[in-house]
Amino acid sequence: MRKLLLASLFLLVPALAPAAGGGVPLEDADIDLKDQASLQRGAGYYVNYCMGCHSLGYMRYNRLAADLGIDDATLRQSLIFTGAKPGDLMVSTMNPVSAEKWFGTAVPDLTLATRWRNPDWVYSYLKGFYADPSRPLGVNNLVFPNVGMPHVLAGLQGLAQPKFEEHKGPDGAPVKTVVGVEPAQGGTMTAEQYDAFARDLTNFLTYVGEPIKLERQRLGIWVLLFLAVLFVAAYFLKKEYWKDVH
Amino acid sequence: MSNDTTTPGGFLGWIDYRFPLTKVWNEHLAQYYAPKNLNAWSFFGSLALLALVIQILTGIWLAMNYKPAAADAFASVEYIMRDVNWGWLIRYMHSTGASAFFIVIYLHMFRALLWGSYRKPRELLWIIGLVIYLAMMATAFFGYLLPWGQMSYWGAQVIVNLFAAVPGIGEDLSVWVRGDYVISDTTLNRFFAFHFLLPFLLAALVFVHIVALHKVGSNNPDGIEIKAKKDANGIPLDGIPFHPYYTVKDIVGVVVFLAIFSAIVFFAPDLGGLFLEAPNFQPADPLKTPEHIAPVWYFTPYYAMLRAVPPMFGSQFPGVVVMFGAIIIMFFLPWLDRSPVKSMRYKGQLSKIALGIFAVSFVVLAYLGLQPASDLGTFFARVFTVLYFLFFLLMPIYTKLEATKPVPERVTK
Repeated sequence: MRKLLLASLFLLVPALAPAAGGGVPLEDADIDLKDQASLQRGAGYYVNYCMGCHSLGYMRYNRLAADLGIDDATLRQSLIFTGAKPGDLMVSTMNPVSAEKWFGTAVPDLTLATRWRNPDWVYSYLKGFYADPSRPLGVNNLVFPNVGMPHVLAGLQGLAQPKFEEHKGPDGAPVKTVVGVEPAQGGTMTAEQYDAFARDLTNFLTYVGEPIKLERQRLGIWVLLFLAVLFVAAYFLKKEYWKDVH
Repeated sequence: MSNDTTTPGGFLGWIDYRFPLTKVWNEHLAQYYAPKNLNAWSFFGSLALLALVIQILTGIWLAMNYKPAAADAFASVEYIMRDVNWGWLIRYMHSTGASAFFIVIYLHMFRALLWGSYRKPRELLWIIGLVIYLAMMATAFFGYLLPWGQMSYWGAQVIVNLFAAVPGIGEDLSVWVRGDYVISDTTLNRFFAFHFLLPFLLAALVFVHIVALHKVGSNNPDGIEIKAKKDANGIPLDGIPFHPYYTVKDIVGVVVFLAIFSAIVFFAPDLGGLFLEAPNFQPADPLKTPEHIAPVWYFTPYYAMLRAVPPMFGSQFPGVVVMFGAIIIMFFLPWLDRSPVKSMRYKGQLSKIALGIFAVSFVVLAYLGLQPASDLGTFFARVFTVLYFLFFLLMPIYTKLEATKPVPERVTK
């Protein structure tokens, strides 16, 4: 009996999904949804650097403004560039058909990116670009091999050269695999600045993945406290009724 | 049972004259005598009913904003999650509720195995329960397509393709089920229709299940019939009225259940990808197959069995037969058990070991079904599939062979 209870608990243990795509360990994004300044910066970075191509097609501007403490004037001035109204969804103005032609693949909506990937993956992806002349756009990515996206942030980060490791392949011939990147060269940001930039962006995308998350956890505490009180009441009610059953 | 002939006056009397309200209340609650020795295992019946109610209520509210069309379904779920007042709560309650329902039902069924609740005179009760289980699985399967994420889409694709493995008519059958050559808008539309309909059928079956239960009476951890020993008024000596004794007791179980349920809803609604799978946060893409397709955890024991059976004569059909056979064989349980006693308390060591192996097999198969196929995984899946079936097939032998303990006259603590 106890064995089965224990065994059924096993079903509740989260199955650890394989984290990385390219077999490179992911970097810890160290996100903090309570850090509003970081989320505001991330929102700014997103509309400036990402939204030209990537929609947040399930997210509304005014929800974002309300949650991140951004007033209406700031919202219209520094976050809406597409002529959208505050109540509109954050849709990119790029034509998806031509985009597919340019990049060889559909440009994904990123509203839920941190939920079908995870925050660490997104952070590592943003930091994972390296020079690869064999690719059509001259760049590749550590955690997303042969990605179709150009390194949009190269102006900030600069471009990194890959670190190789040589080992024997199955047929005995030496194979070179990318195991990491050298420090990026030629960007306007220092490595620390770019890390902070990528972290803010990841933090923002994690918020966008589930805007209700903090509120849900806040409410959850009250629900559990209420149930704890209810349990005490229910328990003593049962005891009272059952005291004459022998 | 109800020799209470005094008819109440007033409004209740008016009702009782036209509808047997007091009679029904007495027969099923206030004068339904349940054994006084029921332990925590008996919570799962009322909890299953609660889970069904949660699913139906949250489901109806979800349906008010959900759009069963391939072009809109995924976005409408996110609309519920973000723009509908309390939509996120309703949706998480529904997605968590599905898993909770299955956990409760699996424990409820295990309780039946422990107490021998499938034995005479409860064979039909057990069979009705299995029909409920089948209806539940069908409901869950139809519902899983509705979010129209990648896992929804490809999971449904895999399961509907099982029909294609039926010799001869398979291809036509799978097209008939989908209404198309692939899972499409048409499929989503009809799955929504069935997902909405089946819960009401389920509720009707639950009613039948309870009617059957109240005909034969509740079993108990000792597996003895309390109706065999009655007092002068015809009331079982070891029976206590269901209401108020078990209503107040079940409320304790309900609160504990709700606490665990709320902890998941509010703090871990995806439960690490087990209740809401990561690929399902990407809209369905008929051209992009995910790396690893697995059904939700409550189907994975059967999925592991399906994958464990090698194709024979170039057909997956034997695997499909084994998978469905794993459920069909449960219907024969009342007649496979030849033990002179009902409850595990008085059965011998062999039965206890067999039940232990069976429970472990089920959990291990569930785990294996979640993992990507591997040689080692397939090997273990085969071993545990065989063990799963041996629990049933050898039951007539080991229940007959073993020495049982003497059964008490009256229920014990």
